[in-house]
Amino acid sequence: MREVKIVSKHFSIKDSHTLKVAKANGAYSNALKKAYKLEPKQIIEIIKESGLRGKGGGGAPAGEKWSLMPQDSDKPSFLAVNCDESEPGTFKDRQIISKDPHLLIEGILITCHAIKAKHAYIYIRGEYKQYQDILQGAIDEAYTEGLLNNCDITIHRGAGAYICGEKSALLESMEGKRGHPRLKPKQKECEWYFSNPTLVNNVETIASVPYIIDNGAEGYRKFGTDKSPGTLLFAMSGHVKNRGVYEAEFGTGMWDYIEHFGGGIRDGKKLKAVIPGGASTDILTADEVMEAKLDYEYLRSIGSALGTGGMIVMDEDTNMVEALKNLLEFYHEESCGQCTPCREGTGLSDKLVEKILSGNGSSEDIDELLEISDTMNGKTICVFAPAVSSVINSFIGKFRDEFEAYNKSTGAKI
Amino acid sequence: MSFQFSDDNLKQIEFLKTRYPSLDALSLPLLWMAQYQDGFISLEAIDEISKITKLPPMEIYRVATFYTMFKLQKQEKLLVSVCKTLSCKLCGSDEILDHLKSKDVEIEYVECLGSCGTSPVMQIKDVNYENLTPQKVDDILEELL
Repeated sequence: MREVKIVSKHFSIKDSHTLKVAKANGAYSNALKKAYKLEPKQIIEIIKESGLRGKGGGGAPAGEKWSLMPQDSDKPSFLAVNCDESEPGTFKDRQIISKDPHLLIEGILITCHAIKAKHAYIYIRGEYKQYQDILQGAIDEAYTEGLLNNCDITIHRGAGAYICGEKSALLESMEGKRGHPRLKPKQKECEWYFSNPTLVNNVETIASVPYIIDNGAEGYRKFGTDKSPGTLLFAMSGHVKNRGVYEAEFGTGMWDYIEHFGGGIRDGKKLKAVIPGGASTDILTADEVMEAKLDYEYLRSIGSALGTGGMIVMDEDTNMVEALKNLLEFYHEESCGQCTPCREGTGLSDKLVEKILSGNGSSEDIDELLEISDTMNGKTICVFAPAVSSVINSFIGKFRDEFEAYNKSTGAKI
Repeated sequence: MSFQFSDDNLKQIEFLKTRYPSLDALSLPLLWMAQYQDGFISLEAIDEISKITKLPPMEIYRVATFYTMFKLQKQEKLLVSVCKTLSCKLCGSDEILDHLKSKDVEIEYVECLGSCGTSPVMQIKDVNYENLTPQKVDDILEELL
């Protein structure tokens, strides 16, 4: 397996978060100098040509998104860097902000130059205070050294709401409100922060920018696949020997990755299933995992999604009814409550799985669960409820026998 | 009972006003500030934030009650936030929860602390404690209590 380090290159260097070490390893040098010699539109073209895709879960082409920003607006433009990272199974952005924050800051400076923004906000989840402090330290160092070049960076801290990772909910939260997602416009347009044009990108996306500017679009396209170029910080948790975050090219075999970096399944057990890209992506059976490739197109072709690349690995003893119950508790707690199908559906489905778990359920309850799931799909403002719907469908579709059998036996504890 | 931000915080608020296009954006930073100052967010603090942001107190209250990390009541005991979400569950968070129940702390079950690769995990005073075992929990609490 070919190992590639684009974003994680400096993670293992001692004190890599400090300006001194970062500069010694090339921060604020080639990429930034090249970027400042380019016109904003030229940078956007390079990002488009590189095929860089948003690494927060959606995988939308980053360059296309950047080109939605007006270049000649009389209003100020803003960059909002999404560091909410609350998807279960996902813990990659915290590696960047704690181990190489200057890479992110350099990426922010280049991006702000490209979209003509003078102020960037980093929206960070409230639970990341200890990593936020490291990031703030790096920003302070950059200010002191005069590296920010008339561009301000402000960290805006969330306070425990999963939905604020959704870009419009994030902006609502940045505007000081509840994190309620906004209705999507009919046509593609940029986001708006207090009615000002704003670009929202994930931390890893922005941290990938310096490499692309330094090595060119073709340099980035040397890795990954044609439609999913480059790399991703894939995260791995659950029943593997070596859990953690390891960078790999798109298109890497999922099982190769799990064996190579994760050391395979712990305690000599067999693989049962993997949730491939954070909790909100459809679960894969062991057979599917053996064939799967880690890229957007492949996982979509088998009815799942790459999402954030955060793999949750489960061994043969895992009880799928309990696993789904655990996830539904999460969704019920984290639904923002704005849309009725989501607010009510997450709670009702949680209660139904609880009933099945108690041994008092029936096949009709499983069917009702699927009906509720259908009610949540495509009838809400954001994709939270459709994701829940999809997760329920995949668990029951692939492991229905366990739900049926649970009524007759207690099953194994996960 | 009234609430006033400390002098240091008032200075910080003046700085924050320069960082945002609208005073509305100050509600989250100021709620955090009030919580760190008093250990919780009182209704009086909400009134004060309302004056500074020029938003109705109800708006500030709506925001404070949406986010789970804002505490509207004083915590009497040490607050231990334990992650119960799937990656932690698969790696033993149930055992940690059971173990904590015998301790003189306030336990809060939370959804995902972003430490899935080092689970099970708990958070106390903004710090994540990872790869927990019952013995490790004992050692940590002995130091903190």
